[in-house]
Amino acid sequence: MLVTPDAQAISDAKNFKTNSFVFSKWNSALVIVSLLFSIPLAVIVGSVFFPETEVWEHLVNTVLSDYVFNSLILLVGVSFFALTMGVLPAWLVTMYRFPFSRYLEWALLLPMAMPAYIIAYSYTGMLDVAGPLQTSIRELTGWQYRDYWFPEVRSLGGAISMMSLVLYPYVYLLARAAFIEQSICVLEVSRTLGCNTYEAFRRVAFPLARPAIMVGMSLVIMETLADYGTVQYFGVSAFTTGIFRTWFGLGNSLAAAQLSALLLMFVAAFLYLEKRSRRQARFHHTSSRYSSLLQKKLNKTQGLTALFLCATPMILGFVIPVLFLIDLALDTYAQVLDKDFYLLLFHSLMLAFMTAILALLIALFMAYSNRNTHSSINRFMVRFVSMGYAIPGTVIAVGVLIPFAWFDNTLDSYLTKYFNISSGLLISGTLVALIFAYLTRFLAVSINTVEAALIKIKPVMDEVAKTNGLSSSGIIKRIHMPMMRGSLLTALLLVFVDVLKELPATLILRPFNFNTLAVRTYELANEERLADAAVPALAIVLAGIIPVIMISNSISRSRAGNDQKK
Amino acid sequence: MNKILFLLLPLFLQSVSAAEVNIYSARKEALIKPLLDQFTEETGIEINIVTGQADTLLKRLEVEGKNTPADILLTVDVARLVRAKEKGLFQAVDSEILKKSIPEHYRDNDNQWFGLSLRSRVIIYAPDRVKEEDLSSYEDLADSKWKNRVCVRSSSNVYNQSLVAAMVANQGVEKTEAWAKGLVSNFARPPKGGDRDQIKAVAAGVCDVALVNTYYLAGMLASTQKNEVTAAKKIKLFWPDQNGRGAHMNVSGAGLLKPARHKKEAIQLLEYLVSDKAQRWYAETNHEYSINESIESSPVLKSWGKFKADKLNLNLLGKYNTDAVLLMDRAGWK
Repeated sequence: MLVTPDAQAISDAKNFKTNSFVFSKWNSALVIVSLLFSIPLAVIVGSVFFPETEVWEHLVNTVLSDYVFNSLILLVGVSFFALTMGVLPAWLVTMYRFPFSRYLEWALLLPMAMPAYIIAYSYTGMLDVAGPLQTSIRELTGWQYRDYWFPEVRSLGGAISMMSLVLYPYVYLLARAAFIEQSICVLEVSRTLGCNTYEAFRRVAFPLARPAIMVGMSLVIMETLADYGTVQYFGVSAFTTGIFRTWFGLGNSLAAAQLSALLLMFVAAFLYLEKRSRRQARFHHTSSRYSSLLQKKLNKTQGLTALFLCATPMILGFVIPVLFLIDLALDTYAQVLDKDFYLLLFHSLMLAFMTAILALLIALFMAYSNRNTHSSINRFMVRFVSMGYAIPGTVIAVGVLIPFAWFDNTLDSYLTKYFNISSGLLISGTLVALIFAYLTRFLAVSINTVEAALIKIKPVMDEVAKTNGLSSSGIIKRIHMPMMRGSLLTALLLVFVDVLKELPATLILRPFNFNTLAVRTYELANEERLADAAVPALAIVLAGIIPVIMISNSISRSRAGNDQKK
Repeated sequence: MNKILFLLLPLFLQSVSAAEVNIYSARKEALIKPLLDQFTEETGIEINIVTGQADTLLKRLEVEGKNTPADILLTVDVARLVRAKEKGLFQAVDSEILKKSIPEHYRDNDNQWFGLSLRSRVIIYAPDRVKEEDLSSYEDLADSKWKNRVCVRSSSNVYNQSLVAAMVANQGVEKTEAWAKGLVSNFARPPKGGDRDQIKAVAAGVCDVALVNTYYLAGMLASTQKNEVTAAKKIKLFWPDQNGRGAHMNVSGAGLLKPARHKKEAIQLLEYLVSDKAQRWYAETNHEYSINESIESSPVLKSWGKFKADKLNLNLLGKYNTDAVLLMDRAGWK
């Protein structure tokens, strides 16, 4: 399971010597690309050099501890539930056969297509004190509001539930992919050594899958910290509430940027500690001889229990809110589905597609240069760039606005001065700026996914291929690509779905007369016109389902030796 | 390669027709587009619009500087108009039509911004649990007789900030802070949701009184959703402070941006927005009060009767916005 350190060191050393020219070229290109995508983050971090003592004093004295406390509770809660709802079903559907397990394999991913703010609006619509459920309770029993207890949706607990329900698929996705890839031999050996199934999971499968699961968890954590829509609607004073209150309420965007920088540092510290805690252990698969995974068939009681455990998150996170939205949409779709609507759909799909392709290409480039150079500066740059995911989209957008507008204005005054031509705003206010912001925010997703795939390809394989006469491009084409195909597709589709759902950066950076499904949904839902918002909301979800199912299929096929069977 | 460049071209294109007005709008598209379309139909002037939150639009204007393509900034509250003026984003507009149609206290002293529609922040109550005589002013809601009976949305919302800013303007920070503390101790639940949620909460019996903007209530009464109409019919509107300063007012408004390239057309649009026709549209579609007192309001608005409006100069709401937020933080108003 572990590559012997010596073999690793030898192959590293060889790479270093033979590729020293390539090394420097890769190196500088990587630095340039990473620097480019670091700009928005650097703008945010740079804010700390302009102290806003008065505002900070006020924040510390009044609300800051509240923000931090609530955000931590939110983080712990969402992490716990996302981990449970992600890993347990992933293990069950991979190792066992039970009723509907084949369908659940992909259905468990469906909540991923649901934006957090939409699920929050839906459950509030259903379960709030004025919603249909509680109203009928009161009407049927004659009780008043204070005569019965009902869980409050719009609360910290509610926010934890909503976010766990739409974020667990990230963990599930990566955990399942990891379980599927594990060599059955390892598990069988563990059994011959006396482990029962539970122990095999706890002592072998889980630790082996941990790097993958942690990739999923870090996405969950970053997304939780960056969320504003849900906490704001639920009246939970989280850290992002503080950022926007400082900006919008106090009109102090600098202090707001400083709060974001603080958030960024927290995430950086977390990621660093996590990486450190498993530094000693490098996980490579030792054997590429996979025998096909024999799924154990569960008996009836066990099967039903497994079905219940796996179906619950999917039903709560997808089926129920979608049914609720469909019910609302039936009343309104006739007025909403016009020519404009198809334009919205087209805009959303176009942006998602373009960003996904670009993110994949950039991630591939970064992952490869990182692999070829082994320099700690490079590693740091790649890590830094992939932290954009933890920053609220609105803040990222400002980090994009400032440098682009500066560039445009500088170019304009230069051209006006020397050539008497005014170029106006060249990039600001165009889709280029918007896609750049998307990339800054979502590169984390593609980089993490691509790196996780690349790390599994042992350097020894490259050496073997070389001795067999393959060129570098041949190695990539004939060895790496087939091995990584599933992961690359996953990276592509994850970004696609994320962009479909993205709201805040789109809102700030989009050009004139340009709307997306998410913008339309938000504008209507924010006016508390949930019924009218239902159709565009459903369109986001439906457009996201197709790629989600494709991800699932590609993972099922990713197990070596499974190709012929399907 | 050429093909690729050709495909990428639209990414960089900004429309460049001559007779047009470019708007950055904090007003949601659905709540202004029909009116703008009418304007285009009548004048042939094209309108380009980007919507968003007011402060992010302000930031965009600030960093885009003199090259911004925008001509007009449209907001749904006065505090952001004042903020835009303070940042030096607006220029003065000298228009007899605007001056004549808009009362002085609903526009900027230097004619840099103009109120376009009016709304009031009022008290609503459950008539089966609250006697009308028990209600009086905003100040009274801090009285202990309202313990566990008040609903209001978060103090992150600008309408609450403006209401509190108006109180600061009238009685100073200290008194207002004491009031805010009293109000918070009367909350029936922690602030959550929007104004419609507060109306629904009063209807459902969570609380007995709430502070909301008038057009939300009117919008619910005119809604196609049955449950909204039912909830709205269960509650009643009370005009606060009729023996004192009058009900707190806010405006949606606009200003001409300094770098505007379509100044003539932009002023034409502003003048159109205060015309009788446009003002009637505001009343009938958005349920807002007309900025021009001579224009009749919609049936729903009429049913609430005439009321005394606070004549406070709205510039002050912008001026005291920060003080309001700080004191609400201290008072524990989430």
